[in-house]
Amino acid sequence: MRKAARGPRAVLHYGKRLLILAPAILWLLVTGYPFVFMLQTAMKTPFEFMLDLWGLPGEWRLDNFSSVLAGGFISYFTNSVAVSVFSVAGVVILASLASYAFARIGFRAKNLLFLIVLAGMMIPVHITLIPVYVMTQRMGIYDSLTALFGPYIGFSLPISIIILTEFFAQTPKELEDAARIDGCSHFQTFLRIMMPISKPALATVSIYNFIYVWNEFVFALVLISSPGKMTLPLGLREFYGQFTVNIPGLMAAIFLAALPVILFYLAAQERVVRGLTAGALKG
Amino acid sequence: MNRRSRNTSLRHGLMVAGFLAPALAVYAGFVVVPIFISGYYSLFSWSGISPQFTYVGLGNFARLLQDAVFWQSLQNNVILVVASIATQLPLALLLALFLVQPIWGVKLFRTVYFMPLLMSTVAIGILWNFFYDPNFGILNELLRGLGLQSLTRGWLGDERTALGAVIATISWQFTPFYMILFRAALTGIPEEIYEAAAIDGAAGWSTFRHITLPLLRPTIRTGAILSLIGSLKYFDLIYVMTGGGPNSATELMATYMYKSAFNHFRMGYGSSIAVTLFIVALILTSTVLYFDKFRREKGGEA
Repeated sequence: MRKAARGPRAVLHYGKRLLILAPAILWLLVTGYPFVFMLQTAMKTPFEFMLDLWGLPGEWRLDNFSSVLAGGFISYFTNSVAVSVFSVAGVVILASLASYAFARIGFRAKNLLFLIVLAGMMIPVHITLIPVYVMTQRMGIYDSLTALFGPYIGFSLPISIIILTEFFAQTPKELEDAARIDGCSHFQTFLRIMMPISKPALATVSIYNFIYVWNEFVFALVLISSPGKMTLPLGLREFYGQFTVNIPGLMAAIFLAALPVILFYLAAQERVVRGLTAGALKG
Repeated sequence: MNRRSRNTSLRHGLMVAGFLAPALAVYAGFVVVPIFISGYYSLFSWSGISPQFTYVGLGNFARLLQDAVFWQSLQNNVILVVASIATQLPLALLLALFLVQPIWGVKLFRTVYFMPLLMSTVAIGILWNFFYDPNFGILNELLRGLGLQSLTRGWLGDERTALGAVIATISWQFTPFYMILFRAALTGIPEEIYEAAAIDGAAGWSTFRHITLPLLRPTIRTGAILSLIGSLKYFDLIYVMTGGGPNSATELMATYMYKSAFNHFRMGYGSSIAVTLFIVALILTSTVLYFDKFRREKGGEA
């Protein structure tokens, strides 16, 4: 029955396919070509680039990459790595502790507290910018990587707590009940049972926050001023100022900055996609 | 007995606090309390550098209401919200519909379509600034190639095209996000529903119109709410690409707030813009969420 119905439709489908494929390929170019352009331009000399915008480089050279690396890129990169690693670790620890309480322990004002945390997702960071700037100055941590941890963790907590609370609440209780009967405290149960079985959710939360922190711009702009402390997004702006005429050099810098995330994405595509859209899909 | 139960409830309270306190302390310290401090600062005239800190009541807000640049930025924000929802969601839905087709090589499309979302906004801003460049930008080059010489211009330098150009870039960046949302929703629709519809004689457009679209309604709603929230607090790309110019053509509340506070050293005035942004965001999102909930309680159909 189904086969009979599919026959004529398949023919129609074939013609339709071309109709669908044309705009699909157009969008493939719109999204993909900028990346190709970045890479091919990064390997040209500025002169070559001026002569022919679209062409491939006559010779594939890496000079631009090495001059970007020599120009402070490594410092921006290591700063970004440090800030991301510490912030993500902080968020994961704080959020999973709080989520365990929200998902598993009864206490007063739980719903109200959860609602207050949830509301954080809608708060524009700009309302906190001036007070955080002033606070940072007074605490004497202005222009240091430490200044970034507080705001990064604070603004990552709502979404992380929502994702983890939902995950914790959905895991079966039997294992924990057994542990409780064996005399484990809530904290031991959390550490020995809940954490190990929640690895997928913890991975999702880590990826989401890593990409947020890696690309974060506003807080870094306000809280960091010296080039030695700058994270990659700020560093890219510095390059932008220096390389206005050297577009191939600029493309090399952007490409290098995007490379780690892209490689990570190509290696673990499903994970990254799930991580980036986690909040919306679960919420 | 009584004492003992009070004791255990105290211990219970301490235990709960042990789990919650670290997260809540950071959240309160860096998110909740600063909101109130901003409200407080907005009542003062203050440069942020000099110790002079003068109470002006609602003076900053009164000035804000007469500030043409502020109104311009509010208007641009509204345009951005509407344009984002109107371009990103339909485009994302079309792409998602394509991605669920059983076509050879569709995985390549999916991989590439998603990539803009991975780049930092600063990098995207720099890249697109260059695409829009009047002299050696790709867009003008493309137009010249097509014989449309007359359309070439400095896209970001022209007041008439700057906001549109920036919005196009924002759509390029965020469409993949909604595309993934829609794709997940589409793959979640059971095949049986389509088979039943086919038996009833539905095909193509009518299947989409009467089955797919209604089933996607919750996703469309989520997407619209996220797009609304995101567009209201938009900052990075504008800051990198145009700095709000030319002549405030792309100024947003967030960029204007940043400029007032950190470039012109008017921290009090900047705070009043931040508070206004916060209130606008609060009112808009809670209205949308309220109607959304109201609608859902009424039975889900719009």
